[in-house]
Amino acid sequence: MLPFRHRHLLGIEGFSPDEITTILDLAEGHVEPNRQADKKRSVMRGRTIINLFFENSTRTRTSFELAGKRLGGDVINMSVSGSSIKKGETMIDTAMTLNAMHPDVLVVRHPESGAVQLLSEKVNCAVINAGDGSHEHPTQALLDALTIRRRKGGLSGLVVAICGDILHSRVARSNIQLLNIMGARVRLVAPRTLLPAEAERLGVEVFHDMRRGLKDVDIVMMLRLQTERMHGSFVPSTREYFHFFGLDYDKLAVAKPDALIMHPGPMNRGVEIDSEVADDIDRSVIRHQVEMGVAVRMACLELLTRDLGNGPAIP
Amino acid sequence: MSATLFRNARLLDPASGRDETGAILVVDGLIAALDGGGVPSGTTVIDCGGHCLAPGIVDMRVQLREPGAEHMENMVSASHAAAAGGVTTMAALPNTEPPIDDVALVDFVARRARDIGLVNIHTYAAATKGLKGRELTEMGLLAEAGALGFTDGIRAIADALVMRRALSYARTFDLLLIQHPEEPSLAAGGAMTEGEMATRLGLPGITPAAEVMMVERDLRLVEITGARYHAAHVSTAAAIEAIRGAKQRGLPVTCDTNETAVGEYRTFAKLSPPLRSEWDRRAVVDGLRDGTIDAIASDHAPHDQDSKRLPFTSAESGIIGLETLLPLSLELYHNGHLPLISLLRALTCAPADILRLPVGRLATGAPADFVVFDLDRPWQIAEDDFRSKSKNSPFDGRPVQGRAIKTIVGGRVVYDSKD
Repeated sequence: MLPFRHRHLLGIEGFSPDEITTILDLAEGHVEPNRQADKKRSVMRGRTIINLFFENSTRTRTSFELAGKRLGGDVINMSVSGSSIKKGETMIDTAMTLNAMHPDVLVVRHPESGAVQLLSEKVNCAVINAGDGSHEHPTQALLDALTIRRRKGGLSGLVVAICGDILHSRVARSNIQLLNIMGARVRLVAPRTLLPAEAERLGVEVFHDMRRGLKDVDIVMMLRLQTERMHGSFVPSTREYFHFFGLDYDKLAVAKPDALIMHPGPMNRGVEIDSEVADDIDRSVIRHQVEMGVAVRMACLELLTRDLGNGPAIP
Repeated sequence: MSATLFRNARLLDPASGRDETGAILVVDGLIAALDGGGVPSGTTVIDCGGHCLAPGIVDMRVQLREPGAEHMENMVSASHAAAAGGVTTMAALPNTEPPIDDVALVDFVARRARDIGLVNIHTYAAATKGLKGRELTEMGLLAEAGALGFTDGIRAIADALVMRRALSYARTFDLLLIQHPEEPSLAAGGAMTEGEMATRLGLPGITPAAEVMMVERDLRLVEITGARYHAAHVSTAAAIEAIRGAKQRGLPVTCDTNETAVGEYRTFAKLSPPLRSEWDRRAVVDGLRDGTIDAIASDHAPHDQDSKRLPFTSAESGIIGLETLLPLSLELYHNGHLPLISLLRALTCAPADILRLPVGRLATGAPADFVVFDLDRPWQIAEDDFRSKSKNSPFDGRPVQGRAIKTIVGGRVVYDSKD
């Protein structure tokens, strides 16, 4: 029996190294089949997956949709930001309504931290957090881990710098958790306006200077800077941000020669990352991350539905 | 190689505490030796007549009005005024037109200063774009271009969140933030300090609490962010007490004050901050004595007649100060309030250290910027003699004691009272 004792996948927090390894091993097995002409599997045949997105997403939603379909499940997408909310329905009512249709998995993204957990308490299917506010985005951290593991052979002992808008980033929070659990050393590099209070208590080293923060690192993870935060509120301008915190070859030079460059996407070229660096096939694994995303999500869906029986009847 | 020996001078260096008669050798713009020794052949010798020789004054708060209001002042006229006042380094506020909130404007000031070549001119840059108090400026790039610090000039950064982010962002690069400490909602429409005088004159008052409220708010934010913070022109006992406490707690906080006196209905005495009570004035003296107040600045604010020949409430605030800073500050010494060396510290090395400039001291290898002054000479301030383009000083006609005789910048005499 594979070690995995969760009904939902709400966050990386609380996972053991073995559980993370289980997911990564399972995902690894999907990588090659996904590259074949016939990608269809049948482990989720008969299962229903609903992608319930309270916030716009193209990449993550598509990735989950493909993952569900390749495993043979039935996937439908619901974008709630535009429809029910305007009619006044609460998030929980929306979830209960969908729950009554007996889905097996709800994949949920919500702009508020903690909303996905609240929702998970009200339904009797498995729930996967596809990103809640600035809290967690566990499948992103898992796909990042798989990407690193395939290139570096493991995670333990690696030095990873996470750079940019840490304050608003759920990707950063999930990655900090996962990398710490797996024995990597995490550094955060950001201007002080983009760092949350007491960040150093997350088990990381904090830097405010790229050349110091990237010194001898194995992995450089860049984060997206939202457009609305670029013009004076958190940072003064895109050119200043790029000058001091954008990843270019000059700043990258202090990292290890074989350091990998990662970005959860979508990228702002010329803001947090130089175009050439982003497209450097020797260093950048950004496309690879997207590919691993489908494999990791397949593994998560599979694990969560493996032991589900028929749901109890709704009175 | 050019060498000059300034001999027969009372050398006063607050940074080292030196106060002794001696000579100072200047070679190629730098101080080469302080205690005689070998003098190279061909050295020009200047006899200082036994007068005081101190580091040139570092005036950390001036408004130069260039670009934008060159009819009131420009960098040439201000440089001449500074030289005549013994000021060798000026730090200009960014409240010009346009405001100095862009790298190109910092470059402009540096280029003008280089071209004029009289005294050292540095500039602060705006902390927020257009001095509007909302969006941060490119502090990192501006600092790389040479901005000494960041401030919205004669406006307070009112919004606490913007101030927090400005401090936090500045801390990222270890930059200095300077605040005009006045709660704007309490100061709006006010013309002078609230109290009996304002009541009698029927003028709208500003409560002196407007200063300490802003200072205390900022100190809380400094505590959160750890940024270097400087409160400009503090003038109330309460604000000085708040800063004293902050310094005791080890916060990276400094402040300056300026020279003001008590006037009547004359708009030339309309200031921001407004003139305070005798109680507050004494607190300023105490603050200087115990080091709570680090520096004295002129707060040089040139205005043309049209801006001042108005009813009191409508008139602009501020006075010119470059040429009166030294004699008015020396009153503190002549009145027995402050030892000479402490007074000079507040005018030279203390502001230089806050701004992290290598000036303000008589030390081997330091730039040869200094002032030779007659400590005791009595004279009368006369606005006709001002080199500044604007004449808005309430001190016209005031008898004072002590005056600059020679001002030297980079080893070159830029002012000589005999000329």
